[in-house]
Order: sequence, then structure tokens, then C-alpha cells
Amino acid sequence: MTTNSSPVFPVRTAMEPGDGVFTAFFWALRRDLRLALRSRAELGVQILFYIIVVALFPLSMSPDKELLMLLGPGVLWVAALLASLLSLPRLFASDYADGTLEQMALSPLPLPALILGKISAHWLTTGLPVVVLAPLLSIQYWLEPEVIWVLMAGLLIGTPVLSLLGAIGAALTLGLRSGGGSLLALLILPLYIPVLIFGAGAVEAVRGGMGADANFSLLAAGLLLALAGAPFATSAAVRISLD
Amino acid sequence: MSGFKYAAPAQFYPLAGKMALWFGVSAAVLAVIGLVIGLYIAPIDVTQKDSYRIIFIHVPAAWMSMFLYVVMAFWGAIALGMNTRLSAMMAQSIAPTGALMTAIALWTGALWGKPTWGTYWAWDARMTSELILLFLYLGIIALRNAIDDPRRADKACSVLALVGVVNVPIIYMSVNWWNTLHQGATIKAGNSSIDDIMLAGLLFMVFAFWFYSVAVTLVRLRTIMLEREVGAAWVARLPEVKEER
Amino acid sequence: MLEIQDLAARRGYVMLFSQVSFKVEAGEALIITGANGTGKTTLLRMLAGLSHPLSGKILWQGRETRAFDPVLRNNIMFVGHAPALKDELTAEENLALLVKLAGEEVALGALREALQEVALGARLTVPARVLSQGQRRRIGLARLALVPRPLWVLDEPVTALDPAGIALLTGMMAAHLSKGGAVIAATHQALDLPTGAMRQLSFQ
Repeated sequence: MTTNSSPVFPVRTAMEPGDGVFTAFFWALRRDLRLALRSRAELGVQILFYIIVVALFPLSMSPDKELLMLLGPGVLWVAALLASLLSLPRLFASDYADGTLEQMALSPLPLPALILGKISAHWLTTGLPVVVLAPLLSIQYWLEPEVIWVLMAGLLIGTPVLSLLGAIGAALTLGLRSGGGSLLALLILPLYIPVLIFGAGAVEAVRGGMGADANFSLLAAGLLLALAGAPFATSAAVRISLD
Repeated sequence: MSGFKYAAPAQFYPLAGKMALWFGVSAAVLAVIGLVIGLYIAPIDVTQKDSYRIIFIHVPAAWMSMFLYVVMAFWGAIALGMNTRLSAMMAQSIAPTGALMTAIALWTGALWGKPTWGTYWAWDARMTSELILLFLYLGIIALRNAIDDPRRADKACSVLALVGVVNVPIIYMSVNWWNTLHQGATIKAGNSSIDDIMLAGLLFMVFAFWFYSVAVTLVRLRTIMLEREVGAAWVARLPEVKEER
Repeated sequence: MLEIQDLAARRGYVMLFSQVSFKVEAGEALIITGANGTGKTTLLRMLAGLSHPLSGKILWQGRETRAFDPVLRNNIMFVGHAPALKDELTAEENLALLVKLAGEEVALGALREALQEVALGARLTVPARVLSQGQRRRIGLARLALVPRPLWVLDEPVTALDPAGIALLTGMMAAHLSKGGAVIAATHQALDLPTGAMRQLSFQ
């Protein structure tokens, strides 16, 4: 067996764990952000979806101030969940269809870091607008300023968890004929429940005079856990879907 | 390799058949004893009258629903880690029974709730968690059905079961937390001091449900094995397959 | 370089192939032919490390590997059916991203030169959406030129290429072989390669 020591092919030994993590992360983050900017219309549609869902609730009940103040934080959270869910199928779908995902899985760069980069771009383009728009939509629900701050802080910590957990489901349902959407919802929404409870609970805790520290700590713990686990679970799921 | 003798479907198939039979018969016997104790021998409850007797179904079903999820995730982890076909099939055959147990627990819980609390459904922490558990089971079954290739389905469901098993305690904790925040729905079902004879009946029923689950899982496992290994030499040699031809 | 022992695959409940064994050494090209649906693509995906074989072994330089093995990822260039291009990005941006993803640092000048080589010099800043299928394939050729990997695994590489494009590809393959590289390609079309280096494997 001839070993291939010709200088034409630089000997690429397998990387140590940890090599190329930053290269991989920023490669995926920059690329996905650039792609998102080139198709801004789609982003706008998702943000509009969030705004419309929030506006539907008063129409389905009553524009009563007391009622809306009570329901507002929960409604904004549910709308954030749905907006995240709606945008998830697109996280991997186009890369899967055009073969980029294959090349990512075959790249010498670490796949979990590439995926974390993609998830970060997804959050910046779908989660962050939800946080930023929250004060504006809170006005429709007569929310008090201190409540708005708590709501925003909760969304800021909570929406990345949604993107991270959702990525696992998006990767598992890649390329399935029963149109990923509804199946994805069934897989992922139950996992979103703790985020919803702690996030919306923060507002109630503040209103009840308890302070939201405990809720924020739990949300942050969830974020750390999701950051540590989701990129690896998603990589496993991507490889399974490509197999 | 001898330790892994039964890790191959061909060897495990006949053994599973025998085991299913024994577990099934034992489950039936235990259930008869448990029901006799529960429905006739155990004394009537002072506050709840006869309606409490549903615990002999409700409690074992609720326990099995949680236990089976962990067992399923365990087999899923083995399937992913050691790439064994049989453990993935095991996980696959547990899921429907787990979902059934969850559904029974919810249904009997609702039936029990009506006479004792005056309502079929309350947003009680345990009921809510059980409902979410049902969604988790249904998600795994739906994912399995959506994937054509059995090997991909095995791995995908294993990953989902593992993600779920990490999340189950978190979901349970969060629901509990949410429930204590909203004190309204907190409900205590009677006094918790349980009679010895009731406990005996309950234990019989728990084992009956447990053995039933094992038996049904093994029967389902045998079917899955035949389906997957169709065309393999050992399947063609089976007497029941020969008769069909 | 790469050795296959008793490889078997199935899709769903259908057995695709079994007991496939071969060896590819430096300087050799293995051309896999066979009708549609015989499992050529599945085999190539296994060699590239994208898919787990049902049974059998894949050895790189004598060492057994698994799917997604870093050794395979560092030594094999896989070109599949899909060209891995983004419609929204230009030819130049697409190529730069793909090369970076393969772990190589290449200067902009070299990128442009590579695109010139595959006759895309006039299309550097056009979004990939307006490129023809053949032109998209040519970006893939530029990637092959820029990322040095000893083994190329090519699935239907001549699809959509015009005669000039095919000549370009075979020229690149011949140069790769003479440098001590190896090629495994599935194709329906006869390739004009040095006969001494080429072997055929036909799939039923």
C-alpha cells in the first residue's frame, strides 16, 4: 500500500477536539446573516406574523383594559413561541436541499460549532426582533413600564432557548414527506413549556411583588443547559437525517 | 461474544415468544388477585366511598407511564451508543404501551376527579405533566411514522427520546412551580394514610401492569423483528412462516 | 489508499448491494457504472463517510473508519448531486464559502483565477441564481482545484457539463491522478482518462 506523502497533498491529520471551533462558528454565523439580509422579505413576513398573532387575541375576546393587562404577557410569549416555530423549518431546509448541509457534515470543521453558528444567526434574525418589538406590542395590552422591562428581559434570555431546542426538532424532521411543520410542532412545543412557564411567570412574579430573580435564574440555567446540549444533539440529528 | 448471544434478533425471537407468554400469564394472575383485593376485600373509604377504588388502575398506569418513558430512552441510548438493532426495536415497541398507560392514567384520573373534586379536569401539576408526557410519547410515535427508513427512524427516535428524558424532570419541575404560583388548582386527594390491604392490592396491580407491559412489548417486538428481517434466512426457517407458504 | 471490504447496503426494506469489495491506490481512478437505482450513490455516500454501511468495512490507509470519521473528512472531497450553492450569493462568494468550509485559506486572487480557469471569469459577481446548471457545476470544479485532497469521490460529475466542461473535468482528473491522487466516480458516460490508471466496476 503506497502511503501518500507527496507534497502536493498537505497531510491533514485529524483535528484535535476544539480546533476550528471559532472558524466554524463565525463561518456559519456570517454566511447565514448574509443570506438573511439578501432575502429580507422573508424576515419581514415572520415579524408580521408575530405582530398579527398578538393583535388577534383582543379581537377574539374583548378590548377590555383589565383583561388585556392580565393576558398581555402570556399572549406575547405564546406569539413568540409560534413565531419561533414558524421560522424553524427554514433553519436547515435550504441547506439540506442544495447539498450544503452534506458539505458541512463532511467538513473538517466541527459540526456542532457550525450548527451553533447557524442557530445564532437564526436567533438574531427571528428571536431578537421579537424581543425588540415587545415594548411596541405591549402598548396594545396596556402593560406597565416595569412589566415591559421584565417581559423583554425574559424574552431576551428565553428566545435563544427556543432557537436551540427547536434546532433539534428541525434537524430531526429534515426532508420528511409529511411536511416538517406540524410534526415539528408536535415534537418541539412540549419542550418549550418550561420556557413559557418561567418567562411568563417572571411577569406575574413582579406583579405579585416577589421579584423575577428566581424566574430569570431558572431561564438562564435553561439557556446554559440548552447551549451545552443542543448543538451536539442537533449535529447528531443532522447526521441521522443525511444518512 | 456469548454474552451478546441474545442481542441478535434470530436468537432473541424464540426467547421473546416464551417470555411474552410467561409475563402475560403472570400479569393476568396478578391482575385477578389485585382486583379481587381492590374491589372486594379492601375496605370502603370514609370520605370517597367506593370511588377511590379507581386508584387500583390509575396509580399503576401513572407509574408505568413514567417508568416506560425512561426505559424507552435507555434502550434508545444503547441503540445510539452501541449501534445495536435490537435495542432500537425494543424502544420502538415500548412507545405505544407507554402512550397507552399515559392515556389510561389521564382518563381514570378524570373519572376519579369528577366524584372527588367535582370536575373532570383541573390544571393540577400532576395532570398537566401527564398530559405533556402524552404529547412526548405521541411525538415519538409520529416521528417514527413519518420516516420511511427504519434505521433512520431508530436513530431519530432515540435522539428525541433522550432529549425528552433530559427535559421530563425540567418540565415536571416547571409545571409544579407554575402550579404553586397559581394556588387555585391545588388539590389533595383524600388522606394519604393507606391501609395495608389497600397497599397489597396496589402492589399486585402495579406488578400486573408491569408484566403486562413487558408481555405486550415483547409481542410487538417479535412483530417488528419479522417485519424488519423479512427475507432473512432465520425468518424463512420459522415454523409459523413455513405454514403460511 | 482506500479499501472496501464486504460492504452491504439497503434502503428501507430493499437490499441494494452486498459483498462489494475493492481497493483504490494512489494514482488510480475507479469508475463505477450501472443502471439507475443499483445503489451507486449510496455506495459513494458511504465512501465519503456520509452514510453508515449495513455491514462491511471501509479502511483508509489500512485503518478502519466510521461514518463522519475526521480522517475521511480531512482526506476526501465529495461532490454530490447537489452543487451546494446558494442562489442569493455570487459565484465568487459561493466558492469562497465552500473553500473555507473545507478548512482551506485561499486568497481572493486565487479564487478568481480558479473561476477564470473554469471559464466563469465573466460571471464572478453574478448571483448563482442566474447561472446555468453547467455553470454551477463549474464552480464545483473550481472547488476541486482549490482544495487539495488525495481522494475525490464524484457522483455523476459530468451531468449538465458541455463537451468543453467535460474536457476540463477529465483534464483535472488526469492531473490529479498523476500527482498521486485517486478518484472514485460514478458515471454513465465514458471518461477520457489514461487507460492504465482507470478501472471499471459495474453494478447490477
